Amino acid sequence: MTLKDKACIVGLGETEYTRGSGKTVLRLVCEASVNAMNDAGLTAKDIDGFVLPGPFVWQEALAANLGIENLRYSTMVQMGGASPVTALQSAAMAVSTGVAKHVLVPFGWNGYSQARVSRREGPKAAEPPRENAMSQAVRNFYAPYGALAPVQYYAWLATRHQSLYGVSEEDMGQVALTSRANAQSNPRAYMHDRPLDLEQYLASPLMATPFKVLDCCLETDGACAVIVTSPERARDLSHPPVYIMGIAEGHPYPADDIPNRANFFEIGLSFAAPHAFGMAGVTPADMDFAQIYDCFTYVVLLQLEAAGFCGRGEAGEFVRDGRIAVDGDLPINTHGGLHSEAHVWGHNHVVEATRQLRGQATSQVPGCELGLVTGWGDFGDGSLAILRR
Amino acid sequence: MDNEYNKPIPRRDDLNGEFWAHCHNHELRFQRCSGCRTWRHMPREGCRQCGSFEWTWEQSSGKGEVFSWTVIHRALHPGFNEELPYAAVIIELEEGVRMVSHVVDVPTESLVVGQPVEVFFEDVTDEVSIPKFRQILGGP
Repeated sequence: MTLKDKACIVGLGETEYTRGSGKTVLRLVCEASVNAMNDAGLTAKDIDGFVLPGPFVWQEALAANLGIENLRYSTMVQMGGASPVTALQSAAMAVSTGVAKHVLVPFGWNGYSQARVSRREGPKAAEPPRENAMSQAVRNFYAPYGALAPVQYYAWLATRHQSLYGVSEEDMGQVALTSRANAQSNPRAYMHDRPLDLEQYLASPLMATPFKVLDCCLETDGACAVIVTSPERARDLSHPPVYIMGIAEGHPYPADDIPNRANFFEIGLSFAAPHAFGMAGVTPADMDFAQIYDCFTYVVLLQLEAAGFCGRGEAGEFVRDGRIAVDGDLPINTHGGLHSEAHVWGHNHVVEATRQLRGQATSQVPGCELGLVTGWGDFGDGSLAILRR
Repeated sequence: MDNEYNKPIPRRDDLNGEFWAHCHNHELRFQRCSGCRTWRHMPREGCRQCGSFEWTWEQSSGKGEVFSWTVIHRALHPGFNEELPYAAVIIELEEGVRMVSHVVDVPTESLVVGQPVEVFFEDVTDEVSIPKFRQILGGP
């Protein structure tokens, strides 16, 4: 038995994406959740499961604020930005086994007004950073040398890859430019009406080589939510269901230390991709689009290789000549992604993939039937959902 | 020694503290499994090769090479503002383990994969000494 086609995404909800929501994270998450219920044609009385991608709201508070009186299943995924996609796996397990009927997967944060990277690592930061295995590594072995944040320690992967395989700045720029171009059709995108050209990209100031400011995703406030249920229940709801055809999580080894990996470019997605494609019975070449977690441009390139769209060292060439544009062979991040729509830990990629398969996207891939969403988090944890209509 | 040292110092908890205690003695020591003799870093309770919980702290040759790096142009800790741009470098030691450090005498634009380097220690507070690296001149 596998999870193939055992669960569907039936509801989508979002808040506005802003820099300064003026709302609590709980309020943002509640609003996105109610929007998702309304979209599905469900009420709070129907929701009996939560899978929370990270510790931003507590399940007790969420249930109390939404009026969910009979919560039968609640769990939390802790894989950083890979958590929303991984949460779909847990939700699919719950609905396919009858543990829960309708599982809400909500994520929200004030990623600009409360959690900006530049504000959180100072010596007098108001709140201590959240502790986990990764922060232990940073505090003992990376921070003493001034490597404290993802833009700095993911750069080790990019520098070595670039040294071995010669990926150019222009190749990296294709990821940023494609996202920004797609955002021009999407009124929800934070970078809507703010187009970008290659000259501006190349002139962007350096952060941590090879990353420039414009290789980095946005910092925004906002929330998204999706609802997962069984195919039988999905038939009675408002929209055609989007099936979870293949789903898997993966972790690099070791997951809590980037330098000491025997195979430096074997990331979480390298482990997840064969599982998810095998479950779905399809290949990368079958995908009509890909929503790829884009915290940094180069991380997209590494994932294109790990997912099997191209060989090791070939991602730079792969993204040239408009191949990842909305009218290219493999449209990516058709909503604008974390780079140009909003940084909602990639849950907005799940929303966008579902919209594409409903035929409701702002940069619609005509007639699309199959697509994927990746997650990336912590020190390269990964997840992959293959979705179909 | 600078009593005003304003960069993050290692937390030095549990096994990590043992690693840093050796550094304070100006010895670069890594765990080596007593069962299968595999070297390891970061410090771990068990050996990933053979599962043994027994180990000793053995001294590294201190020699290695540049594996990867990033040149940081915007510090995210104020203690590094005056050093910009600086490189956070991954060094692969001869024993096979890798660690993050600084290479102090190679201009950031001259870093290359495979550059030979060797360790030295910088006493940054009364309790903490930090291993850093210099290039090995003259080649192999």
